[in-house]
Amino acid sequence: MSIFEYNGSALVAMVGKNCFAIASDRRLGVQLQTIATDFQKIYKIHDKLFIGLAGLATDTQTLYQRLVFRHKLYQLREERDMKPETFASLVSALLYEKRFGPYFCQPVIAGLGDEDKPFICTMDSIGAKELAKDFVVAGTASESLYGACESMFKPDMEAEELFETISQALLSSVDRDCLSGWGGHVYLVTPTEVTERILKGRMD
Amino acid sequence: MSPVAESVPPKGGFSFDLCRRNEMLVQKGLKQPSFLKTGTTIVGLIFQDGVILGADTRATEGPIVADKNCEKIHYMAPNIYCCGAGTAADTEAVTDMVSSQLKLHRYHTGRESRVVTALTLLKSHLFSYQGYVSAALVLGGVDVTGPHLHTIYPHGSTDTLPFATMGSGSLAAMAVFESKYREGLTRDEGVKLVAEAICSGIFNDLGSGSNVDICVITKGKKEYLRNYMLPNPRTYVSEKGYSFAKKTEVLLTKITPLRELVEVVEGGDAMEE
Repeated sequence: MSIFEYNGSALVAMVGKNCFAIASDRRLGVQLQTIATDFQKIYKIHDKLFIGLAGLATDTQTLYQRLVFRHKLYQLREERDMKPETFASLVSALLYEKRFGPYFCQPVIAGLGDEDKPFICTMDSIGAKELAKDFVVAGTASESLYGACESMFKPDMEAEELFETISQALLSSVDRDCLSGWGGHVYLVTPTEVTERILKGRMD
Repeated sequence: MSPVAESVPPKGGFSFDLCRRNEMLVQKGLKQPSFLKTGTTIVGLIFQDGVILGADTRATEGPIVADKNCEKIHYMAPNIYCCGAGTAADTEAVTDMVSSQLKLHRYHTGRESRVVTALTLLKSHLFSYQGYVSAALVLGGVDVTGPHLHTIYPHGSTDTLPFATMGSGSLAAMAVFESKYREGLTRDEGVKLVAEAICSGIFNDLGSGSNVDICVITKGKKEYLRNYMLPNPRTYVSEKGYSFAKKTEVLLTKITPLRELVEVVEGGDAMEE
């Protein structure tokens, strides 16, 4: 078994018209045993920047704490929030530093940048950035998510349609993955508001 | 080290904090993760006025195509570019690192960077990590001493060649170069040959795919032709897209309106004393 399959996770982010959505499943497990069904995998860095962390849960939480710390230092020094591109470089540098003893995390970063231009990106566990214009996926359900997103995604979706697409892609993918599921958690971010929704999913 | 010091910006270099723990996990039978690779076709050749570099745009993670249109021709200096194959994070990090060293060197000397400088910086870094930083590179550029093309292997050995290929598609691409390369190619002939070599990698090597990126560097000029060719467009685009018969069941919704940032207006009457 790969260390990435220890806790199980599914993460996806999609770009719409001047908005983005980032979604995760809610399961925390230890191999095939479910420990929690309300586990948080997507974290807020600031109002318009979110990071989802897939992989080994202990490492995701450690990494998140270090990221928040570094972002707060940045806010104090620069008196502004980080741009998503800058934040992605920070995450990448933090991961690459541990090139030969990595955190077992695969991050998904989504944010609104200058003039509310959406930005999404994912990385492997040693910080190789993968920038995409449409969608990015991570976690144990990533293979089925690739398939679902590839067929469901349309460019320039409005917020509500984007929500429906990302939710359906997530729920259909986690149904084909034993290690993730138990509902979904979706953040939909537009320039004016953040909508957080909990999705009902299969509980098996 | 105190817990706070652990998180402050490091001085640089790798951190081996987690190695012991990760080794323990491997001992317990958990597999190490696979990294993002660029099972790649990258090529370069020297033509009459300079150097042409070429690359495909597929990134893989095991058998999965992780990125269908990634960039493998990295910027080193205004007159030097570098194609990378191998572990994606390594090629990215090593080229970024050397690129910033070159920029500092330019500020210090006030001269254009030389290709050999980049070559030496890259090979000494790779050699010092004994091949564990797995970056296979094709470095090309034009400087005061003319056009140069080099290949760099992960262990730090280098070659200086008139035409070069690297990555999993290197054999397919080299077959094209070996049969068609000659000295004194024109720009258009060179670009055509590079594109053909990359296409040979795209279609005959499973680790390479998608589009062709090309970079032409001549004396005092460069052209980065991103997605010069798109030989693999999507064949399954549906007109209407996907429609959902039933809406997703939502259990809870929380809407947080984002506040407008307050604008601070300077000026106005000063307060009376």
